[in-house]
Amino acid sequence: MTSEARRARLAAGARWSALAILAAAALLFPVVFPNPVATNYGIFALIFVTAASAWNVFSGFSGYISLGQAVFFGSGAYAVGIAARDWHVTGTAVFGLLPLAAAVGAAIAVPFGLVALRVRRHTFIVITIAVFFIFQLMAFNFSFTGGSSGLAAPFLAWPAATYNNPFYYIALACAVGIITLAWLIRRARFGLHLRAIRDDEDRARGLGVRAMRVKLAAFTLSGTVTGLIGGVWFLYLTQVEPQSGFDPLFDLSIVLMAFLGGLGTVAGPVLGALIIEPGQLYLTIRFTNGYYGEILLGAIFLVVVLFVPRGIIPTGGEWIRWLRTRGRSALPSAVPATEAKPEARDPARSGPHGGAG
Amino acid sequence: MATQIYQAIVDGILVGGVYALMAVGLTLIFGVLDIINIAQGILVVLGAYLSYSLSGRLGIGLFVGLLVTVPAMFVLGVAIQWAFIRPLRGRERTSMTLLVTYAMALIIEGVLYRIYGPDDKQLSASYVTSSVHVLGFYLPYIYLLGFALAVVLVVALYLMLYRTRFGRSVRATMQDQTAARLIGIDTSRVAGFTFGIGVGVTAVGGMMYGATSGGFSPNSGYDLISRLLAIIILGGLGSIAGALVASVFMLTVVSLVDIWSPTWANAVFYAALVLVLVIRPTGFLGRQAVRAQ
Repeated sequence: MTSEARRARLAAGARWSALAILAAAALLFPVVFPNPVATNYGIFALIFVTAASAWNVFSGFSGYISLGQAVFFGSGAYAVGIAARDWHVTGTAVFGLLPLAAAVGAAIAVPFGLVALRVRRHTFIVITIAVFFIFQLMAFNFSFTGGSSGLAAPFLAWPAATYNNPFYYIALACAVGIITLAWLIRRARFGLHLRAIRDDEDRARGLGVRAMRVKLAAFTLSGTVTGLIGGVWFLYLTQVEPQSGFDPLFDLSIVLMAFLGGLGTVAGPVLGALIIEPGQLYLTIRFTNGYYGEILLGAIFLVVVLFVPRGIIPTGGEWIRWLRTRGRSALPSAVPATEAKPEARDPARSGPHGGAG
Repeated sequence: MATQIYQAIVDGILVGGVYALMAVGLTLIFGVLDIINIAQGILVVLGAYLSYSLSGRLGIGLFVGLLVTVPAMFVLGVAIQWAFIRPLRGRERTSMTLLVTYAMALIIEGVLYRIYGPDDKQLSASYVTSSVHVLGFYLPYIYLLGFALAVVLVVALYLMLYRTRFGRSVRATMQDQTAARLIGIDTSRVAGFTFGIGVGVTAVGGMMYGATSGGFSPNSGYDLISRLLAIIILGGLGSIAGALVASVFMLTVVSLVDIWSPTWANAVFYAALVLVLVIRPTGFLGRQAVRAQ
């Protein structure tokens, strides 16, 4: 056995054991920190891990930046709220409505995608913003949404000390589900199609990628998961108003999370969400008037975009590779280092080893 | 009913003139820098607050105050472009610049909250509340003055773009950056100035917005930017004539829907955007039209 192969096996083993440790830590978190304050942080972090990963499966892989994910998030929340109210669902049966939240997310994503995915780049982003505002206006002005006072979830008669735990595990299941999906998609032909669209849509079409179908599938998947987690969020908070369900800051936050961790990687949005969401939550609790948090979020954003523009995971991976090769080019010397560099730097072309997913 | 409709159309055209001014700034920035300045909305609100402070604290008239606020906003725009837009390069530039300007918007919004608080403010002056009666229409003085100012500024921008050397280099940069650089145009200087001009005109838009919108707060930026984006997309990104047509068209539509249902006027706004783009993805006067100029 060559040393090369042994090293590869060791690396794979290290990755799997790290994953196992992470999974154990996530599962045991409410046991080790049973304090509701701690589990509250955990739940919000997992909700945003799910939302940011769902965003990434579409936007990160395909390069179409959506600023309208709150459409699905809010609609999922409202779907559960309206169904619980009109069908008189009470107690733990409300959790049975969560598939409805996912279905509503999907049902909105298909027509939304059919319209928005016809255009690219800036225009796509602006359309997602416009649709977002249409939904917020509808939530404010229709009578069945409860207007500006919003909706309340049915009361759950659970003891306060362990109230958070079921929500924690539901959010964890959602997060694990979307991360696994993202991991599978990245390795599948589907993921390859998405990344081909990101790199050059016209060329991808020329090579036989059915661009519209692929984009719409990813967009719908993203919307479904975001709708589902919106439903979970609503049941946990027990209330939703138009401003909180359809919140422009929600869109911006998940994009920032994905950017901070690393766009288009599987682990990036997870890491970004785990860093930013607890921080944001801490700030909102610490400063009751929201503007400090807002200024700080904007400032972090600027710093990230200007100094770590490709995110922690790709930049970190680059540093590790640099340390391992001690600055020597990892490629054979037949290729001059100066020419090899831009290739290795381009995240799109780093291929199977890129992103440390 | 008929007079109500005519009045709505007149109102729409007058307000549309003011929106045209803000939208021209945005579309100019897009055309030259290939970025969408999400902060444009909050910069308009910032302009309104500057006018508010000047008129409230120092007693300087709204229109005279523009002599201070426009240069101030111009300098701010040049500074933002220099510090945060210029360094961004590479494949992800489009999304990066969008996020950077969004972040700027958040910071400015937060600062405005800190200084002025969340309550609605309004600019007041004798000519804000009074109006003149012409041919059966009520025309508020502020709208007339604002519309006149908007027309003057749009004409000035037009003359600058089409009759000066600097304007020629701006249009060259809009058509093809690389080619413009090859024939010796300092495109980064053009980019800086254009961003400054685009932000500078928001001072005028902000003053008008503050006087006519019936109250503004740091939160108003979202509503404004989504309207402006809808307008420039509808007009065709980077098309100045398109921005003018789309502003007047959209604001007239809003004004007409407003008679029937004020709550849904905004929704119609966005619905019109989606509808137009389904039929014609490049907007009224798409990029091809700009190239042909």
